[in-house]
Amino acid sequence: MKRIIFLGSIIILWEGVYKLDIWPDFMFPSPLNVLDTLIDGLMNGTYSIALLHSLRRLLIGYTIAVTLGIVISIVLATNKTMDETFGTLVLSLQSVPSVVWLPLALLWFKMGETSIIFVVVVGGIWNMIMNTSTGIKNVDPTLIRCGKNLGYQGLDLFTKIILPASIPHIITGMRLAWAFCWRALMAAEILSTGQGLGQILMWGRDMGNMNTVVSVMLMIAFTGLITDNLVFRKIELKIFEKWGLMAS
Amino acid sequence: MIKINNLNKAYGKINVLQDINLHIKESEFVSFIGPSGCGKSTLINIIAGLDKATSGKVLVDEKEINGTHTDRIMVFQNAALFPWLDVYGNVAFGLKNICKDPNEIRDKVEEVLRKVHLSKFKHHYPHQLSGGMKQRVSIARSIVMDPKILLMDEPFSALDEQTRMLLHNELQEIWMETGKTILFVTHNIREAVKLSDRVIIMGIRPGCIVDDIAIDMAHPRQSTDSNLFYKEELIFRKLKVEIEKVAKEELGNEYNFEKNHLSWEHNNTMGGGI
Ligand SMILES: Nc1ncnc2c1ncn2[C@@H]1O[C@H](COP(=O)(O)OP(=O)(O)OP(=O)(O)O)[C@@H](O)[C@H]1O
Ligand SMILES: [Mg+2]
Repeated sequence: MKRIIFLGSIIILWEGVYKLDIWPDFMFPSPLNVLDTLIDGLMNGTYSIALLHSLRRLLIGYTIAVTLGIVISIVLATNKTMDETFGTLVLSLQSVPSVVWLPLALLWFKMGETSIIFVVVVGGIWNMIMNTSTGIKNVDPTLIRCGKNLGYQGLDLFTKIILPASIPHIITGMRLAWAFCWRALMAAEILSTGQGLGQILMWGRDMGNMNTVVSVMLMIAFTGLITDNLVFRKIELKIFEKWGLMAS
Repeated sequence: MIKINNLNKAYGKINVLQDINLHIKESEFVSFIGPSGCGKSTLINIIAGLDKATSGKVLVDEKEINGTHTDRIMVFQNAALFPWLDVYGNVAFGLKNICKDPNEIRDKVEEVLRKVHLSKFKHHYPHQLSGGMKQRVSIARSIVMDPKILLMDEPFSALDEQTRMLLHNELQEIWMETGKTILFVTHNIREAVKLSDRVIIMGIRPGCIVDDIAIDMAHPRQSTDSNLFYKEELIFRKLKVEIEKVAKEELGNEYNFEKNHLSWEHNNTMGGGI
């Protein structure tokens, strides 16, 4: 309720400033026009198709990032040399903004889907690796001993005890990876071609159409917010509750 | 059924266990008591197969042990339940390894849950249970495997007195009913005397067996029995010598062990909870 009132007052304030006519329309759009453009875009399909394009790339990239992230973490957890070499590399790679990889991707894969998906994967994977391997390393050693004691060994011990025991960390990693993949996708789309949200955003700019720009920005923000709050936070909270952990 | 021959264990240059020799008969309830750091956990972990001896052998039914085996199951001090499984899942966890028939698994788990009075809680998760209930789940998870030997490393040391008494009775019932061989590490003299057929007193630096005291009394025992009281005092006197030794070493020569320096009550837990 508070949020709705807050949102309402922002729109009113925004419309008020717009009515003052300080800046021309192409620099400061009216919220009502933006809303119109948004609904229009969704109805006539331009926005929804763009959203689907973006989500498709996101899902592909994200799935690869999560799977590969978990696999790499397992390798790091079981191989000390790898952990000491590649593990430290991950730390430094994590601080490289993912768009920086785009030129490299363009050289490798040419302009197109693969390059964008590559950037998305790179955007999420470091967080996934960091969180998953922290989870694996911090499994209570007594649980591992307990598992051995109950007759579990080798791969079984890993899949039935070590992995499930790291689930809270893995979920946090998945949530962060989603957010980072989303950011990476937008950056990559803005800078390359195709039919995603990022590209409509740039197209709006080229047309000098501020309504398009702001309405797409809104869509990007809401998509991120909704997935984070409605999907990941919920799952995370549920798991933390089931485990008796405090939600962070 | 368990034979330990000339067992030694060293961490680096430090001898933790030296020349341990011990025979334990089937269905015997044996307690291990000794000053903190004397190697009780190390010994029981070696018997469990979770740790390796530096030299010497552990034989179970004349066969030398090699790693863990489901005929030797350990109950850990802090219960060590799997937080992602409910009570039922925890108890069934190890059983699934040795038994493939789902109906049989279900029947066995239900039965053991009744035995430890947890049938009503089978869908609870570990964090929803009290300390005593957790430890009961842990015991259930172990005995459902029907091991020959149950190893318990201070299983009740984190519990309050009332819960502990309750679990003593439950453990005793289970033991009398199933006739398992139980090795039980504790800091609590009273607990050891009340439950066991034998109390092994261990000394420190290096860890060794100092004495082996038989408690030949019928089970179940009443805590008020004066014979128990006599045994408790006997064990306390022997333990005091060992604890004195540690204290002297740690505090140097100035240390004077005064009479009754350690205030001893009957349910004293010596150096416990560390
Ligand atoms: N992994 C290890 N590396 C080096 N020393 C160890 C290791 N584990 C145990 N020790 C040493 O072995 C000795 C025996 O430890 P252990 O845990 O078996 O004692 P304990 O009798 O169970 O003590 P407590 O009553 O406090 O549980 C201790 O002095 C400890 O410092
Ligand atoms: Mg110990």
